[in-house]
Amino acid sequence: MNPLPAEEYLHKCTTACAGCTSSLSLRYVLKAAGPDTVLVVPACCTAVIQGVYPDTAMNVNVYNIAFAAAAATASGMAAAFRRAGKQTNVICYAGDGGTVDIGIQALSGALERGTDFLYICYDNEAYGNTGMQRSGSTPAGAITTTTPGGKTDAKKDLDRIVAAHDLPYMATACAAYPQDLYNKVKKALSIPGPKFIHLLSPCPPGWRYAAERSVEMGKLAVKTGLWVLYEREFGELRINPVSKAAMKRPAPLEDYLGPQGRFRGISDAAQAALVAGMEKNHRRLLAEEAGEC
Amino acid sequence: MFEIRIHSRGGQGGVTAAKLVAQASFHDGKFATAFPFYGAERRGAPVVSFVRISDGPIKVYSQVHAPDMVIVLDASVMDATDVLAGLKDGGPVVINAAEPPEIPGHPVHAVDLTGIALAQNLVVAGSPILNTPVLGALARLGLVSMESAIAAISETFADPRNIEAAKSAYAEVNE
Amino acid sequence: MLTIATGNKAVAAAAREARPGVVAAYPITPQTEIVEQLATYVTEGSLDAEYIPVESEHSAMAACIGASVAGARTFTATSSHGLLYMHEMLFWAAGARTPVVMANVNRALGPGWNTWAEHTDALAQRDTGWLQVFVGSVQEAYDATLMAFRISEDERVLLPVMVNLDGFTLSHITQSLETVEVGDFIPPYSLPHAIDVSRPRGYGTLTPPEAYYRFRWDIERSMRASREVIRETEQEFARRFGRVYGPTEDYRCDDADVLVVALGTLGKEAEVAVDLLRDEGVKAGSMRLRWLRPFPALDLAGRDVVVIDRDYSFGFGGVIAHSIRSTTRTEPFSVIAGLGGQEVTYDDIARFVRQREAGAESWFGVSD
Repeated sequence: MNPLPAEEYLHKCTTACAGCTSSLSLRYVLKAAGPDTVLVVPACCTAVIQGVYPDTAMNVNVYNIAFAAAAATASGMAAAFRRAGKQTNVICYAGDGGTVDIGIQALSGALERGTDFLYICYDNEAYGNTGMQRSGSTPAGAITTTTPGGKTDAKKDLDRIVAAHDLPYMATACAAYPQDLYNKVKKALSIPGPKFIHLLSPCPPGWRYAAERSVEMGKLAVKTGLWVLYEREFGELRINPVSKAAMKRPAPLEDYLGPQGRFRGISDAAQAALVAGMEKNHRRLLAEEAGEC
Repeated sequence: MFEIRIHSRGGQGGVTAAKLVAQASFHDGKFATAFPFYGAERRGAPVVSFVRISDGPIKVYSQVHAPDMVIVLDASVMDATDVLAGLKDGGPVVINAAEPPEIPGHPVHAVDLTGIALAQNLVVAGSPILNTPVLGALARLGLVSMESAIAAISETFADPRNIEAAKSAYAEVNE
Repeated sequence: MLTIATGNKAVAAAAREARPGVVAAYPITPQTEIVEQLATYVTEGSLDAEYIPVESEHSAMAACIGASVAGARTFTATSSHGLLYMHEMLFWAAGARTPVVMANVNRALGPGWNTWAEHTDALAQRDTGWLQVFVGSVQEAYDATLMAFRISEDERVLLPVMVNLDGFTLSHITQSLETVEVGDFIPPYSLPHAIDVSRPRGYGTLTPPEAYYRFRWDIERSMRASREVIRETEQEFARRFGRVYGPTEDYRCDDADVLVVALGTLGKEAEVAVDLLRDEGVKAGSMRLRWLRPFPALDLAGRDVVVIDRDYSFGFGGVIAHSIRSTTRTEPFSVIAGLGGQEVTYDDIARFVRQREAGAESWFGVSD
């Protein structure tokens, strides 16, 4: 277990919502990354969380860029730093909309080109910054302001899209498991080339639960098996023990869905689709870990 | 100002021929411009390119509508294109053919560029190279000096057979 | 060194001479030759730069912005739809004060597909905060590209510069080219707000109304200051390399009763028309507009003006005609000509002058 450094790079003066796990996660990401870091942030909640000019809650350089452009901007930075012989970490910290929807072309391009950077998608499963509209990452059944009857389509499988780029390191994480997140960021930054971390980020206003239950929601997402923690290092998949246990003996799905207003009145069909998607994901991951695919 | 229009088909090197003429003229101490008129870029389609040669700077960018000379690298384009359109009275036609066809009112200079290219085995991607031998023919007709023609060719292509082909065309074209 | 080159090759040669650290680019007709040439320079080792083969023009500009702020001189090239696809990032580059230099090979916009020359692509970017220069020869494409780096990176400017050259008419024409050894004409790249990890900063943070307008004013202040920087740079270029440039290229304008104003190669073709008209006794002159932004102060008082727009703003008019009208208090004869590569000869231009009608607009080739 790596001890977490005492240094803080995200100060308490953020303008995040109460219970925000995107900012909580960012705190651990920056502890792992340290001061020789540039954070590239497209339009997303973090563009707001970092504070209002002339103040900033960050103690690392933060470069804000247009919605679709995070990964491409990081490409340019990584190239310039490499030329200058600098080891500076280039980390994109982008929401799900800026990743699975509008930013996926730039992300795919940067991964394909072998860009030396870490891309973190913090996923609160909707366009949070604009008031919770549906994104490609919104799960089936979830109510958003543009899916008032619940989303009928499944959550886009970002991880399989990213994995298809055969990158040296990718992982999933969740703010409810900060030590795991810290370790994965640390490991990612020790590997040259493109790295990716998909970070589930429970969101009290978006998911409509009480702010003090954020960590609990994250843990339930993992313990129900809906969100699987794993890492894939040079093609070698390792599922976290907590997720292995959850796959064998999952917590009841109702424990996770019940407290969230976005799933109120979820149809049986949508719930069945959630479960079917989860089980398919488990089968794929277990088979891969067992070397069966 | 002396204006030339070159007719060819895509892939035959007509655009490069225009560049080579400009480059040779440049070595002769002249001002020159060369430019293609592109339709869709595809092999086999008729292509037109232009050359202007002058003693002073050239400011004209529009196409050559009244050429002083026409060069036809592929006689088959004459079926589809009026290669004589706008050609000045008495303006010469240089044509890739073994025998000079009759063109009333215009001197015709024929040279078998295809035969020369094949004899030198100058073939790229199945097409005989016509743009380097034609420079030899143009040198014989006094458009550029042979010295400059060879300089332009050797600056563009490393293969010495291109220069041999130009020399053959110089010898074979009818004045 | 005296050589011959196409407009595209000249731009690539100038970009190499300026020694960019990062080139991020995406191919598009008729610009492609520029990025192919730069990729070749990098591969053969004659240009020591990182070449990023991005997956779109939007990403090309984003990568240039990232590289620029991370401390590298950057260059890219595009055309037409590529430029429009970049549109958002063009504002970002100017607002972020990243001195990116870009060649734009002017080309018409679809539909239908048309790869020939037109200026609407560049004029649609006129409010982005980019400096824009339009060139009229292969030599000028080379010279303007070199000067663009020095102007853009000057601390009084720190705004991106777009060098515009006509698609095919200039990008693919072969002309003579005198290349130079740039020496210290372009100083080493030094960006005052480059990322420095020892001094963490928030770039482009959420900016409230009471601060935002100051940043906008700062762009305009630099745009105004750029006039002097351009003048100094062009003077220094003339001193070192012997070729003279200004906000316009004036040909037989001094005693002219009627002036033709046009951009790019049409502005050069107009010089030939002027000679024809002079032979007829018409005192004509050609004032080829080089700098679009910052827009130069032109003195056209007391003369007839014929503006040829190779562009159009639908429901409004020719962009240059209106720019001339609003900045010079003249009533030009506005001719819309050359759209999508429409052939316009010096004879046509001479006819525009003979048939001029102050305040009227005429679409060349359209009779109804």
